[in-house]
Amino acid sequence: MPGYVLEVEHLKTYYYTYKGIVKAVDDVSFKLKEGESLGIAGESGCGKSTLAYSLLKLVPPPGRIAGGRIVIDGVDVTRMSEAEVRSKVRWKKISMVFQGAMNALNPVYTVGYQLAEPLMYHKGYSKKEALEEAKKYLQLVGLSPEVINRYPHELSGGMKQRVVIAMALILQPKIVIADEPTTALDVVVQAQILNLLKKLQKELGISIILITHDLSIIAELADKVAIMYAGKIVEFGPLEKVFLEPQHPYTQALLRSIPRLRGEKSKLEWIPGTPPDLRNPPLGCRFAPRCRFAMDICRREPPPEIQLAPDHRVLCWLYAKR
Amino acid sequence: MSLQEKLPPRDEVLREFQKKIGGNMLLLAYKLKKWFPIRRSIKEVLLRKPPRYVRAVDGITFYIREGETFCLVGESGCGKTTTGRTLIRLLDPTGGYVFYKARPETLKLLKETLGEKVYISGDYIDLTTVPAKKFKPLRKELQIIFQDPYGSLNPRFKIKDILEEPLLVHGIGGSAEEREKRVLKALEDVKLTPADEFAYRYPHMLSGGQRQRVVVARAVILNPRFVVADEPVSMLDVSIRAEILELMMELKRRYGLTYLFITHDLAVARYICDRIAVMYLGTIVEIADSDTIVENPLHPYTRALIAAVPEPDPSLRHRFKDVPIKGEIPSAAAIPPGCRFHPRCVALDQHPELRSLCTSEQPELIEYEKDHWVACWLYQKK
Repeated sequence: MPGYVLEVEHLKTYYYTYKGIVKAVDDVSFKLKEGESLGIAGESGCGKSTLAYSLLKLVPPPGRIAGGRIVIDGVDVTRMSEAEVRSKVRWKKISMVFQGAMNALNPVYTVGYQLAEPLMYHKGYSKKEALEEAKKYLQLVGLSPEVINRYPHELSGGMKQRVVIAMALILQPKIVIADEPTTALDVVVQAQILNLLKKLQKELGISIILITHDLSIIAELADKVAIMYAGKIVEFGPLEKVFLEPQHPYTQALLRSIPRLRGEKSKLEWIPGTPPDLRNPPLGCRFAPRCRFAMDICRREPPPEIQLAPDHRVLCWLYAKR
Repeated sequence: MSLQEKLPPRDEVLREFQKKIGGNMLLLAYKLKKWFPIRRSIKEVLLRKPPRYVRAVDGITFYIREGETFCLVGESGCGKTTTGRTLIRLLDPTGGYVFYKARPETLKLLKETLGEKVYISGDYIDLTTVPAKKFKPLRKELQIIFQDPYGSLNPRFKIKDILEEPLLVHGIGGSAEEREKRVLKALEDVKLTPADEFAYRYPHMLSGGQRQRVVVARAVILNPRFVVADEPVSMLDVSIRAEILELMMELKRRYGLTYLFITHDLAVARYICDRIAVMYLGTIVEIADSDTIVENPLHPYTRALIAAVPEPDPSLRHRFKDVPIKGEIPSAAAIPPGCRFHPRCVALDQHPELRSLCTSEQPELIEYEKDHWVACWLYQKK
């Protein structure tokens, strides 16, 4: 049985702003087995990108990890110094495809140089060796090796996205975080990139952590799903369970709000209201003000974590035994 | 290809379509064109090379019925936004006609002020003949909802000022009290209640969904007939998209509006629209009612587009999506000859007999079945 490649325990990432502490990620725990893929879904501002940056220890100031543990491949990275993380963990064990890959490439360097740089820096390859290796990775993501001599402006959006994916893979990490990897792309290119990610998942056995607001993309790729709301994971479980038998009222409402292309045209629903201010979240359940099942206790006390099945849990008073 | 194509006389075109569609046609775009000139290099100028253009909208023909929600879908850069803006003359068209059934009082006013200069026939007016400076009376009828609710509201204006501005410009509502009443009513229409509280807030105090409601209110406050909605929900969170769509539909029913809905999301288009037109590189490749487009697409491009849409269905996991399309979208400044889609077309490989036709001549948009239009040589044998 494969061990856990990633364990996150009670992670808290706060932004210390002048106007107060923004609890962007507040007591988040989950585990991921080797080769397993996780989809993190939620509305904008729910803390999903901050969670990703925390895993890489790249939280921008004034943010900082305020508590909890992140264990990547058996090593606790929260205790490491920045230098150690840089030399041992970041990009070697966990890497990232950043949001808006269009702008993630440096316009004044060739694609090849940008791909080869981590190899020269981390593995001590010569420039020639590194460029050879870079060519291999370009082929892996479905690009012609000649692309190494091109500059980013000569490539289309889909090609740039492929380059950025190759970049994330080049040091053979076990986990790749993809933050909204297809939002800026057209549907046809999006489908091609998703196919590529599926192929890489199968061939290289990497774990992909997919962060997106689009639940249909998660349905294409992930094994496990975490639904985030206002800094907390409100539901966590296997894809089939969360999509077919959603338990948390937020997950249910979210799934009912997406228009579908095929099948019956059902009336769309929406969630009234807006997400809470994370500087000053509601006293009880953070979803209570928008929840149609909200009870008295929801407004008073934070909900307990209920284990519905060994791998399916939900943060909601509805399932608490009284 | 010349800039000024010879078009059949307006009377003829209008009569032909009126006969085919009937009296409830609100708007007819005929061979509408918008080309943007590319700046020429000094070398090109010296060598007297012909000017080059980005053919953003290149001769598209479609009609919209009264009370309909007509959808333009396509990838980014296919010209759907340019079409929307050209229709309501936020951009001046390069060629083609736009017939619009205006309100009688607007027609009368324009006839009086412009006389023979403008083409008016029956209820219809050719919007392309109205000089830009005299377009104001028509602006009351033709409105637009912009994509980005963060960029389209002036941050220094209170919501009341934003909504009052169109009333002031058009001289509606004589007194300040009268205007305020209208503003409050518009806010209630879009369910921003309590209205008198929202009226005195600034845009930064509202959430994305609330801002988009203000944008919608601004579009309907002048009581328009035709509203161009340019990706009205693409910047919003999924959980509130349905709310805005539902609001737009309710306003449509209440005020008898007609929408041109521009989106890149086919699922949204199917949910909200009566008919969908699929655009590719400045042309319309297929028009049909929304269920037909999804269930029985004819054009190879439409098929690829439909196949590419992800579905929130866990059983599809790990299965590779077969998207029947090759290569990448070419630039609108270098459009392939013949059918614009031929370099990417999979159907062309299966029908080698069509190759010479597809690579040399552009297919016309024809009515293949009742109300199902397609521009592809595959369907033009008859």
